[in-house]
Amino acid sequence: MTPVVSLQDAALAYGSRLLWSGLDLQVQAGEFVGVLGPNGAGKSSLLRVLLGEQPLRAGQALVCGEPVHRGSSLIGYIPQHGALAPDTAIRGRDLVGFGWDGHRIGLGLGSRAKKEAVERAMVTVGATAYADAPLSMLSGGERQRLRIAQALVTRPRLLLCDEPLLNLDLHHQREVAQAIDRVRRLEGTAVLFVTHEINPILPLVDHVAYLAGGQARVGRPGEIMRAEVLSELYGAPVDVLHHNGRIVVLGGDDTATPGHDHHHEEAHDHG
Amino acid sequence: MGDALAKLISFDQFWSLLPLVTSSLVAGALLGIIAGVIGPMIQARDLAFAVHGTAELSFAGAAAALLAGVSITLGAVAGSVLGAIVLALMGIRARQGNSLIGIVLPFGLGLGVLFLSLYDGRSSNKFGLLLGQIVSVDNAQLGSLALLTVVVAVVLIPLWRPMFFAAVDPVVAQARGVRVRELSLIFMVVLGLVCAMCVQLVGALLVMALLITPTAAATCLTARPVLVSALSVTFAVLSMEGGILLSLSPGRPISPYVTTLSFLIYLVCRAVGSLRTRRGWSARAVAA
Repeated sequence: MTPVVSLQDAALAYGSRLLWSGLDLQVQAGEFVGVLGPNGAGKSSLLRVLLGEQPLRAGQALVCGEPVHRGSSLIGYIPQHGALAPDTAIRGRDLVGFGWDGHRIGLGLGSRAKKEAVERAMVTVGATAYADAPLSMLSGGERQRLRIAQALVTRPRLLLCDEPLLNLDLHHQREVAQAIDRVRRLEGTAVLFVTHEINPILPLVDHVAYLAGGQARVGRPGEIMRAEVLSELYGAPVDVLHHNGRIVVLGGDDTATPGHDHHHEEAHDHG
Repeated sequence: MGDALAKLISFDQFWSLLPLVTSSLVAGALLGIIAGVIGPMIQARDLAFAVHGTAELSFAGAAAALLAGVSITLGAVAGSVLGAIVLALMGIRARQGNSLIGIVLPFGLGLGVLFLSLYDGRSSNKFGLLLGQIVSVDNAQLGSLALLTVVVAVVLIPLWRPMFFAAVDPVVAQARGVRVRELSLIFMVVLGLVCAMCVQLVGALLVMALLITPTAAATCLTARPVLVSALSVTFAVLSMEGGILLSLSPGRPISPYVTTLSFLIYLVCRAVGSLRTRRGWSARAVAA
């Protein structure tokens, strides 16, 4: 079967700065792949490559056997938290509807097919209760579920998620992760999930793509989340601790977790 | 007290004055429709302050045209479209753009005042650009306004959905293949044209009351995009026409009447909206 995502010996660089190279990644339908790595390793850029917004320096990127291109209806995309203007007067239903036909020319009055697709997507993520409330009145977790519904409304083959759990509390983190997991089980959607924190999705991931130090490693979590593998990637000693079913990476750029979040918030303020 | 009020609110000879402002009423209605239609897009893009900046540049352009003895319409359009394009190319979103607009705005206003002080023609022309002079609207202006209405409709109707998508949700719109940058540029040019028309007819100070307030009032009441557009058109037209009619007998400038009506509509909507919010907007469960 044709893999949903196929990257062959792919490399990405901005100018002379190499983000990663030698990335070989195959994602099959219904697979859940976590994309991990320190800040600035090019995790989000990997998603932008698949969206056709960022050309590779080397290698090849295919989605469902076709070269990547912008505006593909095979892909649903959940951007980083904060990409939405907070006080825009639209309803959750309208945000999801954009995923259906927002890119098409016209007034946007909608069709029956659209109405049904929007309804179905909102049922899938459990967002029907607040479908008609203005976005400005919703919590972060509620908005994030609408985001998932928006990405799902066209029944994509591939779901690209960019840190969808960021800024959510633990309870909502679990709910959002489970909503995404349910979709890939029900619809066979392949999921590429960018995160700097593996633990909330550890029970769900089939494979991990770890980007660091200009390189990339792909494998099962147990094969990648090991001291010798990550030490080689980072080019520096890294410890990997297992504690109560959680994994903690020490010594990589990843250790300074508080600084991490701080960094992300700064990026939002300027973005 | 009664006398003072009579200077502001009166309907003396209302019916005999009415025929004099027929063309103004038509112009006011057209302007209200355009303003109401474009308002939600301005709000979605968080461009209220940019509108102010564009209006001041348009004012400077119109004042320069007045001084040079060329068409005021041309000057106003040149000033605001130039300003809008510069803002669009700088990639403005409110957060990064505010200081830029804050720099441009007083410069435009200052230039405009300078040009007006150098101009030694009729002084009513001077005040018109700043405070509004719709009573003296002529056929040429009415013609260009009608043309503008058509242009805005032809551009905005087919592009409305992707433009709104790009305004509300630029990151996903980009990923879905919407040409976000190009649409932003097109929108800013249209916005510049609308500002230029507003400046000539109702003055630079009234632009906000027409482009910003009606939509802000509408969004207090509903979050349905279609309804927001319909309500903001209604409010803009109501303020405009009401302002013209109320200013007729007292013989005052229309600006205070239009701005007051627009403001009152906003206050009422805001009050209704907050009542509704307190009672819960929709039937959603609290512990979601």
